[in-house]
Amino acid sequence: MAEQTPLFAIENLRAGIEGKEILRGVNLVIERGEIHALMGPNGSGKSTLAYVIAGHPNYEVYEGRILYKGENILELPPDERARMGLFLAFQYPTAIPGVTMANFLRLAVNSVRKARYGEDKALSPREFRRLLREKLQMLRMEESFASRYLNEGFSGGEKKRAEILQMALLEPEFAVLDETDSGLDIDALRTVSDGVNRLFNPTMALLVITHYQRILNYIRPQFVHVMLDGKIAVSGGPELAEELEEKGYDWVKSRFAEAAS
Amino acid sequence: MVIPEIELKRLGSEYAEKYGFRDPEQYVFKARKGLDREVVEQISWIKNEPDWMREFRLRALEYFQRRPMPTWGADLSELNFDEIVYYIKPTERQGSSWEELPEHIRRTFDRLGIPEAERKFLAGVGAQYESEVVYHSLREELKRLGVIFVDMDTAVREYPDLVKQYFGTIIPPNDNKFAALNSAVWSGGSFVYVPEGVRVEVPLQAYFRINAENVGQFERTLIIVEPGAYVHYVEGCTAPIYSAASLHSAVVEIIVKEGARCRYTTIQNWSKNVYNLVTKRAAAYRDATMEWVDGNLGSKVTMKYPAVWLMEPGARGEVLSVAFAGDGQHQDAGGKMVHVAPYTSSQIISKSISKGTGRASYRGLVKVHRGAHHVRANVVCDALLLDEHSRTDTYPYMEIEEEQVSIGHEATVSKVAEEQLFYLQSRGLSEAEAMSMIVNGFIEPITKELPLEYAVELNRLIALEMEGSVG
Ligand SMILES: Nc1ncnc2c1ncn2[C@@H]1O[C@H](COP(=O)(O)OP(=O)(O)OP(=O)(O)O)[C@@H](O)[C@H]1O
Ligand SMILES: [Mg+2]
Repeated sequence: MAEQTPLFAIENLRAGIEGKEILRGVNLVIERGEIHALMGPNGSGKSTLAYVIAGHPNYEVYEGRILYKGENILELPPDERARMGLFLAFQYPTAIPGVTMANFLRLAVNSVRKARYGEDKALSPREFRRLLREKLQMLRMEESFASRYLNEGFSGGEKKRAEILQMALLEPEFAVLDETDSGLDIDALRTVSDGVNRLFNPTMALLVITHYQRILNYIRPQFVHVMLDGKIAVSGGPELAEELEEKGYDWVKSRFAEAAS
Repeated sequence: MVIPEIELKRLGSEYAEKYGFRDPEQYVFKARKGLDREVVEQISWIKNEPDWMREFRLRALEYFQRRPMPTWGADLSELNFDEIVYYIKPTERQGSSWEELPEHIRRTFDRLGIPEAERKFLAGVGAQYESEVVYHSLREELKRLGVIFVDMDTAVREYPDLVKQYFGTIIPPNDNKFAALNSAVWSGGSFVYVPEGVRVEVPLQAYFRINAENVGQFERTLIIVEPGAYVHYVEGCTAPIYSAASLHSAVVEIIVKEGARCRYTTIQNWSKNVYNLVTKRAAAYRDATMEWVDGNLGSKVTMKYPAVWLMEPGARGEVLSVAFAGDGQHQDAGGKMVHVAPYTSSQIISKSISKGTGRASYRGLVKVHRGAHHVRANVVCDALLLDEHSRTDTYPYMEIEEEQVSIGHEATVSKVAEEQLFYLQSRGLSEAEAMSMIVNGFIEPITKELPLEYAVELNRLIALEMEGSVG
């Protein structure tokens, strides 16, 4: 067996918040070049998993490891994880009043670039503007977007686009997209998915959290996992998503209950 | 306006390095400690003043001695008037080129970047060191238009009629204890006169530097803006770090005549041993606009409530105030709007940030006199707390004697949300960078009103404050 470190692995992760256990033993291995989808009913723990991966300080980890390029990142603060190439597109992005997208993005891009590619790899204001313009065009966003305050007064769809814009600029190696599709209209879903596909390359990997089959028609996963009550109950290929769309979660629940008993 | 991004990372320096250095004390004259008639007479004698000014000072001294210490606002109990030196003359005469200044003083202003700023974006500069203005300049074309920008002492000598007409009329010597103190021992400060219809499009700047320990600085500024004219005056202030208290107690009087506009911007960054007790007041006449933009970062204690008296219909007053109270600091700041005439309007926007044991208070007054109908006044004060111990208070006084008025008041207190910090950190910003960014965003409604250079400076100073704040 070819012993190679996977890009990303979760081992027996138990985590929660305020003493309440939400993730109850999650295992997942994701290799470079792979796209995984994570589905599951409301409240099953998908966003919790995303937060724990990104390093949200309010979540407690009771057990297990998260390995990124072989290193356990659980002790690292969120900014260090980001500077290593991890990215989370938030389900509910936070507004920061008074901070323009452009100011924020330039600082973010340069701190990540310096950490990953070297101190001299920061972009000059001009280079940054060029890159920003290019990515805005790719996502069919108005240039004026850059001078708006971060997520403030953004429509649901604009927020999601802005998340993917950030992903485009930060060039992560492992990205978690938490319900990026919800809130997007039909055309926007296509534009954003196209954008993600263009960003995707065989050296990186994606974990796409969604409730709907539709986005998976554009961003095509090789693996689909279903989370139930803090555990990955079922994993399969893309056909699993279609099956869920058809049959709902009850079907998985009863099967999972059988398997567990 | 988009403020250019600041490379927060490079800001390794702290206040001590950038502003907190001190020069050896080399003075032409230094008064003895403490305050009495003799010291006041001495100041007046050294300045070779006319009798009316000497008498003005002595009268003010009596007011000062009679008045009790204010018991509201900040804690002034550690301020010992007997331990302070009230006058220091640093140089024999004033320079009109930086080269004329003694080496150590020139180096100080060089380090503070004043000559460079002058070359780049200022129409005129006054630089005060201890009690005297040691350098003054004004662009030739403005001089030709009749603009006057000199230090206050020069104005007393060279423009006695103008000075006599307005000096002490907006803030009488008996207005409050510290105005009385300033009136008794004032030295330096600026005199600005803008003739009718003249628009000074680039700012005039004054820079105030205290160097010696235990010293008081009492500059006195008078600005007269004739009908239809415009001027933007900016002041900056710094001092070295000493353990003993220093005192800065200025008086600023402004007259804005019909249809004129004046903007007065302060970036106060005194070291944390300075008591900053300042009286600032403007009178705005028909259709005139007065704007105070007030940034308070430094000092141990600041008590400052820039005021506008709206004297005639159409007058408009605005205060934009930012206060940052770090560990051990108390910023008691705000604004006052006094509506004397009908159809006048005012706005006070105050943003305060408290960090650690710092305490930022908003204290403000909106007063509408009887007969001042159709007044519109609006007060917004937002406080941001950076951690558990920091504290904020709001004292919004309203005295409304007229019915047909529209008064608005909003106040918010918020904490830096963990979600905001996490969001920014998840994009690669360190905790300190994320904090600075949130704070800069919070005060953005005010920084966007500043000329670019000052906006950048303000954001940079906040980044400096933030560096020490996160572990
Ligand atoms: N701060 C919190 N305090 C208490 N409970 C929390 C907190 N955050 C999440 N939870 C709980 O954890 C469980 C999992 O929530 P999570 O957001 O991870 O679900 P999800 O799978 O992402 O759901 P959805 O599909 O609705 O987005 C829920 O029961 C939720 O109420
Ligand atoms: Mg969720």
